[in-house]
Amino acid sequence: MRRAIILRPAAAVLVASALAGCREDMEVQPKLTAYSSAAAFDQNMAARQPPTGTLDREALEREAALGRPPAPSEALIRRGAERYKIACTPCHGEAGLGDGIVVQRGFPQPPAFTEPRLLAADASHVVDVITHGWGVMYPYENRVAPADRWAIALYVRALQLAQTGKDAADPAPAQAVQR
Amino acid sequence: MAQVFRERANLFMRLGLLGLAILPGSLGLLGFSYYRSSAYTGVGRYVEQPVPFSHRHHAGELGIDCRYCHTGVEKAAFADLPPTETCMTCHSQIWTNAAMLAPVRKSLADNRPLRWQRVTSLPDYVYFDHSVHVSNGVGCSSCHGDVAAMPLMAKAEPMTMGWCLDCHRDPAAKLRPEEAIFDMRWQPPADQPAKGRALLAHYGTRAEHLTDCSVCHR
Ligand code: HEC
Ligand code: HEC
Ligand code: HEC
Ligand code: HEC
Ligand code: HEC
Ligand code: HEC
Repeated sequence: MRRAIILRPAAAVLVASALAGCREDMEVQPKLTAYSSAAAFDQNMAARQPPTGTLDREALEREAALGRPPAPSEALIRRGAERYKIACTPCHGEAGLGDGIVVQRGFPQPPAFTEPRLLAADASHVVDVITHGWGVMYPYENRVAPADRWAIALYVRALQLAQTGKDAADPAPAQAVQR
Repeated sequence: MAQVFRERANLFMRLGLLGLAILPGSLGLLGFSYYRSSAYTGVGRYVEQPVPFSHRHHAGELGIDCRYCHTGVEKAAFADLPPTETCMTCHSQIWTNAAMLAPVRKSLADNRPLRWQRVTSLPDYVYFDHSVHVSNGVGCSSCHGDVAAMPLMAKAEPMTMGWCLDCHRDPAAKLRPEEAIFDMRWQPPADQPAKGRALLAHYGTRAEHLTDCSVCHR
């Protein structure tokens, strides 16, 4: 009996001090987050480059989406307008005339979308330009998702139709948009 | 035997006792005001960056959309910081010789990312997600202030638990319609209480769970 009276508090103190030794800083945890640096990896970055030759599971689907124009719809045009405004207006301008704010500050001027060559081009040309870039224009492959590239292409077509006035007269605007 | 203390000692004794009584309170007050002050929360703090990037210039004067650079903000937990390639989209052609931009060109040449320093950063034990806020009616400026007016990025809000909870207890007071999310100057309109309730329903937000500990500590 006597022994237990001494042992119990002693054990409690021992356990408490052992636990105190386990303290871990929860504020800076030993885990890698989006912007952590990691000395063990290339360039001190936690974000890893996949090994060469790696295909991600959605790569095929993405590739397929690029070759498959979605059916035009009002929702798609709205999405395209929004994405166009984010990614393209700084240079191409609200109406696609090539007079965006960055061009006014000295960036080479892009052609207006109403140029005959661009009016004649397929919608897939716009998708290609977004994916691979064109001349001094950088590619937007990493910034604009494949489905959004088609939405933007559709919106560019809508801008062209609106400016060449064919919009109302065209008997089949849907086909014109899809072309 | 001569007296140990002179008569004046009574006064000192009283003053001392008074001091002892006030001390804990004033220490507490000092601690509390430090805890609420910007010295502790870092509000208004600037951070040295590899390039003195100006949001006022790019997002304000040039009017470039936040999502041009922070591509993940609508769809992921992290807003994303722009890679060197994004800067070079424009700076491959303009301001190509500016000394200020030398680190950007070096980063591209060496294929080494720029190391942007964090201005707002939560402790690792807090879970935060941008997309859930941005796509449900909470605008950037409610948490980051008027970014488009900042020559250098400064922390605008304390980002403490109390601050998060202030909004989570009554989100309707801060909710905006979709088209105002990226408006850096948005102020609640006069009829915000009614609008806020309608917006809660519009976004389908169930506000009663937002103060559960497990929302932010998972
Ligand atoms: C940083 C400025 C800039 C941005 C942003 C930009 N472009 Fe361009 N774009 C240009 C320039 C400059 C050209 C002309 C390039 C040349 O001829 O060297 C161009 C050319 C084009 C062309 C014409 C290609 C041809 O056949 O002549 C299309 C189509 C185009 N861009 C679409 C887009 C779309 C869609 C976006 C948004 C996802 C976009 N651009 C964003 C600068 C930009
Ligand atoms: C041209 C690219 C660009 C645009 C446009 C842009 N940002 Fe940034 N943003 C950056 C860069 C680069 C940093 C990192 C350097 C810094 O903190 O200033 C940053 C940092 C931030 C940070 C601080 C992140 C942290 O905690 O360190 C916030 C908040 C932010 N941006 C919000 C915005 C908002 C809101 C907008 C739209 C009004 C916007 N940004 C537009 C490039 C951009
Ligand atoms: C969409 C085009 C665009 C992008 C993207 C862009 N900039 Fe700029 N930047 C400009 C323009 C235009 C100017 C010059 C404005 C002027 O002439 O008044 C400028 C000026 C600057 C300047 C010097 C002028 C100043 O006072 O700020 C710095 C530094 C700079 N940018 C850094 C960056 C960095 C870093 C990035 C990448 C995170 C970036 N920029 C991305 C268009 C851009
Ligand atoms: C509900 C508050 C809140 C809103 C709304 C918000 N942010 Fe943030 N933002 C934060 C917090 C908190 C952090 C720090 C996150 C961390 O440390 O994990 C942060 C970090 C960032 C960062 C640094 C990178 C990152 O993701 O950690 C950028 C860039 C940023 N925010 C931009 C934006 C933009 C642009 C918007 C508007 C579209 C926005 N934020 C809306 C609270 C918010
Ligand atoms: C200005 C208001 C506001 C502020 C400030 C704010 N939040 Fe929120 N937060 C919301 C709203 C509204 C929702 C609910 C969105 C929905 O689900 O519709 C939410 C949802 C969340 C969720 C997801 C909840 C779930 O389980 O679906 C997390 C996590 C979260 N907030 C964390 C934070 C943290 C951490 C902070 C402080 C750094 C913070 N929030 C600051 C308004 C805010
Ligand atoms: C809306 C998000 C949110 C919710 C809900 C929330 N917390 Fe927090 N909590 C935070 C943030 C953000 C911090 C970091 C505060 C800081 O850095 O000052 C934090 C910090 C803490 C800390 C550490 C305090 C310190 O200073 O070390 C504890 C403990 C904590 N929370 C407990 C709780 C408990 C218990 C609950 C439920 C009653 C809860 N939290 C609910 C966001 C939240």
